[in-house]
Amino acid sequence: MRLEPRADSPLSLQLIAPLGAIAAALALCAVLVAWTGAPVLRAYGLLIEGALGSRFALTETLTRATPLILTGLAAAVAFRAKLWNIGAEGQLYMGALTAVILGGGMIDLPAGLLVPLVMLAAMAVGGATLLGPAVLKVRFGVDEVVTTLLLNFVVLLLVSMLLEGPLKDPMGMGWPQSAPVISAAELPKLIARTRLHAGLAIAVGLAILLWLIDTRTIWGYENRAVGANPRAAAFAGMPVTWIMLRTALLSGGLAGLAGAAEVCGLKGYLTLDLSPGFGYSGIVVAMLAQLHPLGVVGAAVFIAAIFVGADAMSRAMPIPNYIADVMVSTSLLCMLVAGLLVRYRLRRG
Amino acid sequence: MTAASASRSLSTKGKPEVVLRLTGITKRFGPLLANDAISLTLHAGEVLALLGENGAGKTTLMNILFGHYVAEQGTIEVFGRPLPPGSPHAALEAGIGMVHQHFTLADNLSVLDNVAVGTESLWRLRSDRRASRTRLLELAQRFGLDVRPDALVADLSVGERQRVEILKALYRDARILILDEPTAVLTPQEAAGLFETLGRLTADGLAIVFISHKMNEVFAASDTVAVLRAGKLVATHATNSTDRAKLAELMVGRTVTPPAPLPLLAGDPVLDLSRVTVVSGHGQPLLDAVDLTVCRHQVVGIAGVSGNGQTALAELVSGLSAPDSGRVTIKGVGVERADPKAMVHRGVARIPEDRHSAGLVGAMTVWENLIGERYRDRAFSRFGILRRSAARTYAREVIKDFDVRCPGPDARTQLLSGGNMQKLILGRTLAYRPDLILASQPTRGLDIGAVSYVHGRLLEARAAGAGVLLISEDLDEILALADRIAVIHQARLTPLLPNGHVSIGQLGLLMAGHWDILPEILDAA
Repeated sequence: MRLEPRADSPLSLQLIAPLGAIAAALALCAVLVAWTGAPVLRAYGLLIEGALGSRFALTETLTRATPLILTGLAAAVAFRAKLWNIGAEGQLYMGALTAVILGGGMIDLPAGLLVPLVMLAAMAVGGATLLGPAVLKVRFGVDEVVTTLLLNFVVLLLVSMLLEGPLKDPMGMGWPQSAPVISAAELPKLIARTRLHAGLAIAVGLAILLWLIDTRTIWGYENRAVGANPRAAAFAGMPVTWIMLRTALLSGGLAGLAGAAEVCGLKGYLTLDLSPGFGYSGIVVAMLAQLHPLGVVGAAVFIAAIFVGADAMSRAMPIPNYIADVMVSTSLLCMLVAGLLVRYRLRRG
Repeated sequence: MTAASASRSLSTKGKPEVVLRLTGITKRFGPLLANDAISLTLHAGEVLALLGENGAGKTTLMNILFGHYVAEQGTIEVFGRPLPPGSPHAALEAGIGMVHQHFTLADNLSVLDNVAVGTESLWRLRSDRRASRTRLLELAQRFGLDVRPDALVADLSVGERQRVEILKALYRDARILILDEPTAVLTPQEAAGLFETLGRLTADGLAIVFISHKMNEVFAASDTVAVLRAGKLVATHATNSTDRAKLAELMVGRTVTPPAPLPLLAGDPVLDLSRVTVVSGHGQPLLDAVDLTVCRHQVVGIAGVSGNGQTALAELVSGLSAPDSGRVTIKGVGVERADPKAMVHRGVARIPEDRHSAGLVGAMTVWENLIGERYRDRAFSRFGILRRSAARTYAREVIKDFDVRCPGPDARTQLLSGGNMQKLILGRTLAYRPDLILASQPTRGLDIGAVSYVHGRLLEARAAGAGVLLISEDLDEILALADRIAVIHQARLTPLLPNGHVSIGQLGLLMAGHWDILPEILDAA
């Protein structure tokens, strides 16, 4: 068996590949499910029902997908420029921190002004968090994988310090959590009596906007050129350094927005368990989506559905809910293989 | 190499033994017939040149031989035994060594490690470094391949890396050596050294297949020449029974007439360098008080061995760098700082030395590459929005005007052949009727057809009033095109010498730094 490069990859193949990868992942995980002694089809049925089968399930999945779309976009935008931002988790917490500080009653504005202000400020702070590593990369060639990854721990410790100290909620009965944001800073609900909030609309809107920028504007054109071949971009006269830095601002900003949206749309206050690794899952989302902004939305919903559905499944059957982690990881691996098969064809002999 | 196998390849009777026989090799890539029933034989001690244009199927054929690809039809026999298809391992076992065009060395390992890697069993705990070293040095000495076993590959020049690649094959007892475009990356001097090595290898009974599209190399190095065209073997000749014109015609399939420059009077200066000095980050001079003038209707050729300051000169005129001292003037206006975009808008057409890595973005489409230098112009964008249909229309025109062979404006650039990539770059820059053309190694790695096309376009631009600064390592190219020639050596540039008043021999001496002959040439001129 050998791989041969394909001269061209038809669009149909590119669309079928992710679906095939997911089917393969589900088939592989079926072995594990069967191992627990549970009936496979019924388990998957429960999973799908728990993720999509009711109004409640569906809104829960979409609520879970919201931060994943934003961190997924953060990773996709950066990775396309070959800026390996592994620090979305830290940028998310910086955004969340900005949200509880600005939205905690410090500024008194009507909701129509306060919400955009908080969101933009969170983006700015998230972007600024990535700007440091980006400057170090373009100026001195410091590996951003290391700096962004380590910054995550710095940020978490900073948040921990603030939650134990100046930001600690006096009404919080001693828990390390911030005071809640005031109601004018809250994102409105999209559907009444559910947890689904306007963050989803913002995230999907941004995904579409980023896709349009990417394909239709000179900004996107420059970004793609620099991502694919910075030397040729510089030779053609593109401002490569500025393009890298603005990509960093955007990527960090999207992750920061994810944090602010979680605080202002869902949790209301900041704790150290605001994010169950949304920043890192964003990388998986972006890879599953093959770094395509619209694909990110689909991939985020898929991963959210697996997690939400697995929770429901584990309540009804003796299958631990960490099967979700296994399924997501298997999907990513299958997706990588599928990506390979889109670019190469398998030959016998 | 054991005595037994050495005697195996040298036949006792007069006629040398057949070491390799390809019969009816056929290979398709989708609709493309890359190899069409090709049959070849190779004898011990023979150098076979495989000549053909880019895309003629030379590399595919050798990749089949080495087991990278599997042929649909045909058989391969090595030393009389059939070679199992599709296994580089089997090819190595059978004594076939391949030196790829793009080297396959690990930069962070030493020469010795690179040569020995993969030859020792993984189950052995200790590697016998001393034996490997002795063997490497012995091979190096026997074939005149001078290497330092402990040097890091990253620190080696291209020529040295190639020697390591060859040693790697010899270390594995190769008796048949395939060299894929071995001189594409070499200077003329390094190429001459390589041909000397090939002589020693064949004297030892090795057989060599030498892939090339350069005529003079075929005559310099080969015994037999096989010409491929569009996947077919069109002719096999003893090299000394044929001539350049005949081979060129076989290769291209029609007669090629190289374009010749019309006599023209030089016009106003478009580029002027006055006492220009550029210093590297380490304080070394890259250009040292260089004076140079290029006028309209004039081609100025810069000859020199690579690495003597050509890159710095090209970067300066491309707008990628600014002089540390001295003055650069374009059409009478001084250049103050490094700004490639400003150079483009001043009417400088820039053809970069390395079209893959600096000229084009391979992952992007043809139309996206064509607007690369001018995407901010009103013709291609308004208020930051790309005018994609306008850009595609423009791309279609350039594709037609410059005869770029590609499926269309939306084709990925990396799928184009080298010649078509260069046509794309020519189209991108020459379509705007430039005043000055910087052509850095404009025909490196191109086949005859594409070379004469590029030359023709440059001369056309010269006739239309452009000045051309031609930086090339190919002396034939400079002598064919340039009105005036300057030689660059260790960051310094000779005065401009009129073409026709300086011989190849004199240029060679100047390139080697013997500038004491300059007064003599200038007096004669």
